[in-house]
Amino acid sequence: MAAVSPLLVTRDLTRRFGGLTAVDHVDFELPAGEIRAIIGPNGAGKTTFVSLVCGRIQPSSGQILFDGADITGLPAHERVKRGIAYTFQITSIFPNLTVFDNVALSVQRRLIDKGGRMTARDLEAGVAEALARVHLTDRVDMTAGKLAYGHQRLLEVAMGLALKPRLLILDEPTQGLSDAEIDSFIALVREIAREATVLLIEHNMPVVMALADRITVMSNGAPLAEGTPAEIRANAEVQQAYLGSTADV
Amino acid sequence: MRTDTTGRVVALHLAVIAVLVALLWILPDYHRGVMARVLVLSVFAMGYNLTFGYAGLLSLGHAMFFAAGLYGAGLAAYYPGWSVLPSFAFGIACGGVLALVVGFLALRTTGVAFMIVTMMFSQVFYLTTLYYTTWTRGEEGLVLGTDLRTVSLGAATLELWEPTTRYLVAVGLFSVVFLATMAIARAPFGRILIAIRENEERMRMLGYDVHRAKLKAMVLSGLFCAAAGAAYALLFGYVGSSFASIQYSILPLLWVLLGGAATTLGPLFGTVFMFYVVDVTSGYTSAWLLVVGVALILLVLFFPKGVFGTIRERWLKWLP
Repeated sequence: MAAVSPLLVTRDLTRRFGGLTAVDHVDFELPAGEIRAIIGPNGAGKTTFVSLVCGRIQPSSGQILFDGADITGLPAHERVKRGIAYTFQITSIFPNLTVFDNVALSVQRRLIDKGGRMTARDLEAGVAEALARVHLTDRVDMTAGKLAYGHQRLLEVAMGLALKPRLLILDEPTQGLSDAEIDSFIALVREIAREATVLLIEHNMPVVMALADRITVMSNGAPLAEGTPAEIRANAEVQQAYLGSTADV
Repeated sequence: MRTDTTGRVVALHLAVIAVLVALLWILPDYHRGVMARVLVLSVFAMGYNLTFGYAGLLSLGHAMFFAAGLYGAGLAAYYPGWSVLPSFAFGIACGGVLALVVGFLALRTTGVAFMIVTMMFSQVFYLTTLYYTTWTRGEEGLVLGTDLRTVSLGAATLELWEPTTRYLVAVGLFSVVFLATMAIARAPFGRILIAIRENEERMRMLGYDVHRAKLKAMVLSGLFCAAAGAAYALLFGYVGSSFASIQYSILPLLWVLLGGAATTLGPLFGTVFMFYVVDVTSGYTSAWLLVVGVALILLVLFFPKGVFGTIRERWLKWLP
């Protein structure tokens, strides 16, 4: 093993749903500081895989290590406290609360964990900082459900950012965004990656190629290939399993 | 930047308390007696509102928490002859412990299952009070004499059965719980409860221990409801099984829905309104339940989120 131990490791990770093995004995390593993209056709097990990592579902067997510690048995909220943040594939915000309250829930979680007294000023500063990074500052008092769709996606990212995670998992973040929004989103993820490791599930190939340091291709619940964007592009097997099937898009 | 509404909110709540105190001199004797009772019951409603309104937990068993306070305080005063303050404290503690145990078990379920589990626990409590009829005298109940309802604080004595004192003590208890609810609703904990109601899965993925937050809400709610029950026993001197029956689990739900779930003012309004609709109509007609039903239908049609829920939605967004 390398001198620097990876931030996230899975060993033999498996999840079965009845007769279907959605995630099939996956050994995966993610070094700290990397932007890693997971790509693969629909039903390849990408979302199930990251759901196992963040604790939304429990594995059938296998092990998950985060920063060297075994987190396989920890409930989701404990994993978030250790620094794993997850943004949902289907936008999951608090639509009836204001934008402020949505982000404040993340900020107060972090401030409570740090211990000590949480002041209203700390809370407002934390919210302002997170909203500034996604350029939603002027919408702070709006009801979140009334935001445009693209802005709701950004709000969700802000909620993840406000937790100051060590590993940020983005599940198809650009789905439904316009081209202009995607461009600013790419810039945002690059900025996030300066402080956090990013694990990205994405169907949009230009986004993947622009962002990822390395790419893991999944197919039928297991990694098919792993490498730099250039290597993946040149990989015939991958083209067969994935790129080929979407070449007409 | 965001406008700070704290001043407005606090002023409004203090004004409501001031009006209630002023009613002491305005109301005729009969209505002062009614209002003392209504204020104690609206404490019960506020306790219910904390779990149902803010945290979105639809319990059908809150009568047990009210009754735990009622019996805790009542039996402690009646049998060992404890004085008022220890009896009151014991009643509240009973409600808190019961809420902790019931909450711990019932919160493993959600939705309809939670309704059924809480209702079953409450029925067990109700049937237990009937089973030990030799001690509780069941539906007939125990009557606490005036000597058991007199507080002596040094040289001063406080006669809880005397109408003016009784009214002021009821306002006092109401004010404490009312201001506590206001503080909770505006505190980070209130935001957590509301967010759990809105999107529980998201809260878990923001790192919150959802079960624990709900349990905290249940215990607080149990304490408030038990405080209402204990105060009822000591102010009105009656401790009976009917307060543990299913009817008293449904009533706070109606009061809160009428006034507005997850509003601080709603429970007071709903309790006063229901009480007077019943009081006035039953004076005119034996078909008073029909009038109550029509009133409820009209309210649901025109104020679907309860009176204060609708006011908040349409006009005063800053209402907690």
